[in-house]
Amino acid sequence: MIELTALTKRYGGFTAVDAIDLTVPKGELFGFLGPNGAGKTTTLRMIAGILQPSGGTVRIAGIDIAADPIAAKAKLGFIPDRPFIYEKLTGAEFLRFVAGLYDQGGNAVERRMTELLALFDLLHWKDELVESYSHGMRQKLIISSAFLHRPEVIVVDEPMVGLDPKAAKVLKDLFREYTRRGHTIMMSTHTLEVAQSLCDRVAIIQGGKIRACGTMTELRAHAAAGEEGLEDIFLRLTGDNAARAVVEVLDA
Amino acid sequence: MPEAARREDPALSGDGARESLALVSALPRVPLLHLLRPKWLTARVRARGGERGRGARIALLGITGVLFWAFVLVVVFRLLLYFRRVPDIGPLLAGKLLGIIFVSFFSILLLSNIITALSSFFVARDLDLLVSAPVDWLRLYGAKLLETAVHSSWMVVLMAVPIFVAYGVAYEGGLWFPLVALATFIPFLLIPAVVGSAITLLLVRVFPARRTRDILSVIAVLAAGGLVLLFRMVRPEQLARPEGFRSLVDFIAVLKTPTSPLLPSEWVQRAVMSSLLGIPDVLPYYLLWSTAAAFVVLGALLHRSLYTTGFTKAQESSERWARGTHLKRLAMAVLAPLGTVRRELVMKETRVFFRDTTQWSQLILLGVLVIVYVFNIKFLPLRGEGVTFFLVNVIPFLNLVLAGFVLASIAARFIFPGVSLEGRTMWLLKSSPLRMRELLWAKFWIGTLPLLLLALGIVFVTNALLQVTPFMMYVSLFTITLMTFALAGLALALGTLFPQFETENAAQIPTSFGGLVYMMGAIALIGAVVVLEARPVYGYVSARAFGGVADPLEMIIGFGLAAALCIGTLVGSVTIAIRRLQAVEL
Repeated sequence: MIELTALTKRYGGFTAVDAIDLTVPKGELFGFLGPNGAGKTTTLRMIAGILQPSGGTVRIAGIDIAADPIAAKAKLGFIPDRPFIYEKLTGAEFLRFVAGLYDQGGNAVERRMTELLALFDLLHWKDELVESYSHGMRQKLIISSAFLHRPEVIVVDEPMVGLDPKAAKVLKDLFREYTRRGHTIMMSTHTLEVAQSLCDRVAIIQGGKIRACGTMTELRAHAAAGEEGLEDIFLRLTGDNAARAVVEVLDA
Repeated sequence: MPEAARREDPALSGDGARESLALVSALPRVPLLHLLRPKWLTARVRARGGERGRGARIALLGITGVLFWAFVLVVVFRLLLYFRRVPDIGPLLAGKLLGIIFVSFFSILLLSNIITALSSFFVARDLDLLVSAPVDWLRLYGAKLLETAVHSSWMVVLMAVPIFVAYGVAYEGGLWFPLVALATFIPFLLIPAVVGSAITLLLVRVFPARRTRDILSVIAVLAAGGLVLLFRMVRPEQLARPEGFRSLVDFIAVLKTPTSPLLPSEWVQRAVMSSLLGIPDVLPYYLLWSTAAAFVVLGALLHRSLYTTGFTKAQESSERWARGTHLKRLAMAVLAPLGTVRRELVMKETRVFFRDTTQWSQLILLGVLVIVYVFNIKFLPLRGEGVTFFLVNVIPFLNLVLAGFVLASIAARFIFPGVSLEGRTMWLLKSSPLRMRELLWAKFWIGTLPLLLLALGIVFVTNALLQVTPFMMYVSLFTITLMTFALAGLALALGTLFPQFETENAAQIPTSFGGLVYMMGAIALIGAVVVLEARPVYGYVSARAFGGVADPLEMIIGFGLAAALCIGTLVGSVTIAIRRLQAVEL
């Protein structure tokens, strides 16, 4: 379970995240949408304990991350949008290192590692240095590392970027199955089809504030959008006039 | 291009040859400086950056720079004044000194350019953009050559300014002298940049750039060999012992003989000295500029024929790694008592360190540095007439200062960059339940234990070579142990306070502002420890030399304060570093 209360992040005079309140209950796959620069990554990085909030609180599985960061982070797995990892470790060494950070090791970790690497078609690459991995392979390795210690909560920033169709399908199935087993996943994405088909609920953030939050039905009602899909609701709520701008740019 | 314009353009409506020619001329002509604009803008933003404590940093840097310049200026100027008073051989000695300085500069520039060219020509992040853009090979070469030259030469330029000023003032070079200095120094900087870039280009043809371990090890060996060769070429021992020559004529003959007539350093020396002594000589200018121009042309031609293949090879993946199960099992067993978190941290640090070629190659250079240091101690003339018991005991004490400097520079290379190198992976550490204290202590011990072994080894061997008394041996080993812990703690703390999270090259981290602050702090610490221990050591040596008993209270206070300073530095440094790392946001 993730609970955000009046969560705020300011950079000097600029407010990136503006007092947002959000609860993602246990067993839910929650989508976090918004245009570029809306505050999605900042919010997710505050939940992951990488950024310190300027105000408000983050609770992971009932634990306040500011009060007891180690206990809260032990319940969390984070998948960032940019797959920066140790270039000079092999895939297997990286996974063992991550397991070690969660104080896990031994045969159980080796077995889990093999399962996850096999799931993402990385088993044959496990003894190669990460520097020889493609962007997608790195992303798959980081995703594997987040599932390694079976966290209660997973926070994912743009999970589909760089993944091949098969890996994307595996990931979607994995997310769905993981939440079905009582874990919580919060993910940001720009792929609205993924959010629409996968997420139980969706929040749309813009200018650091939550514009709308709910199931697809609730969002449609909020945006007075009839039977429109998530893309139309998103554009309507974020006031985007992209379609008109494209024509203008091409005609110019 | 609109259809109407296409019809009106005769170049596009002619035959095939004319068409292709016109297409070439229609390609965008990107000015060379435009390619360097992002670098310039980045540097400007960095210079203007409004982060906390920036004013203090600039002030500190400014004061340090001015003090350093003043120091070099005064030392060289006094030496030149002394040379001026020596008839006949004075100017020869001044020229020889300049030659030695510039041979050193040339070798530093060459090595620095080889290493920098690897990054700027083959692995820099902007290359994908530049190579995929319609930028012709010549402009790309020019831009990258300039970038390489600037990155590699700025330190040498800063060093050269007070030296040129000292020569200009001591020999009354007049208002034209700055122009002479510029006219000689610009081609002098350009030549090693071209040669260094060309060597890198050839090396990358042999090895893929990302397997830089091989390349850099070749470079390091070349550098080590070059250093020895350079030392032999300069033959400094002959100059230091004029009594070794049969006559003054022989000595003058040696001074007059060009040290290395084919090196640009010799041409700079000749140009500068001829200008200062009022003996017009245009040949060195001609040699410098024509060589620089010819080298740029040759370098460009080499670049045209080899760069595309080299750049492609640079994109190739690295070598595969064996599983090393035996070694892994052994390490796991040895480190098991540390617990899972610390064991994995230690193993990660060790693997990353030994697989990072920029770190690895520096080990060779440090090995050379240590060997040179030990051999210099070995050949110190500490026996014979005029060498007192007092001197024999003071030299080992001063040896501690030198050993401290060696350790500080090693800590700057290997411990200082530790936190910076975590920059891009900090998301993982910060989002995991890892205590930053654990991370820092792991980095501390991994850096400190080898450093301590090296420190004890150096001090023990050099003291044995100096045949010191048991007392001095104990004092030295005690002091160097304390100093090692304090210097390592300081390196870790300042590396955390002044991180370089975005750097592409670990070797560049110690030369940052934080690295400078660390070296200054380290010098202050070494100085303070030596000052605190000087009194009890002096008391003991005097008592031994002149009879009597050393005051035990003096010893307890002196050594106690030195120990307290080192332990305090260590604890304070690590505490500050932990707090800073906990607050870091990326």
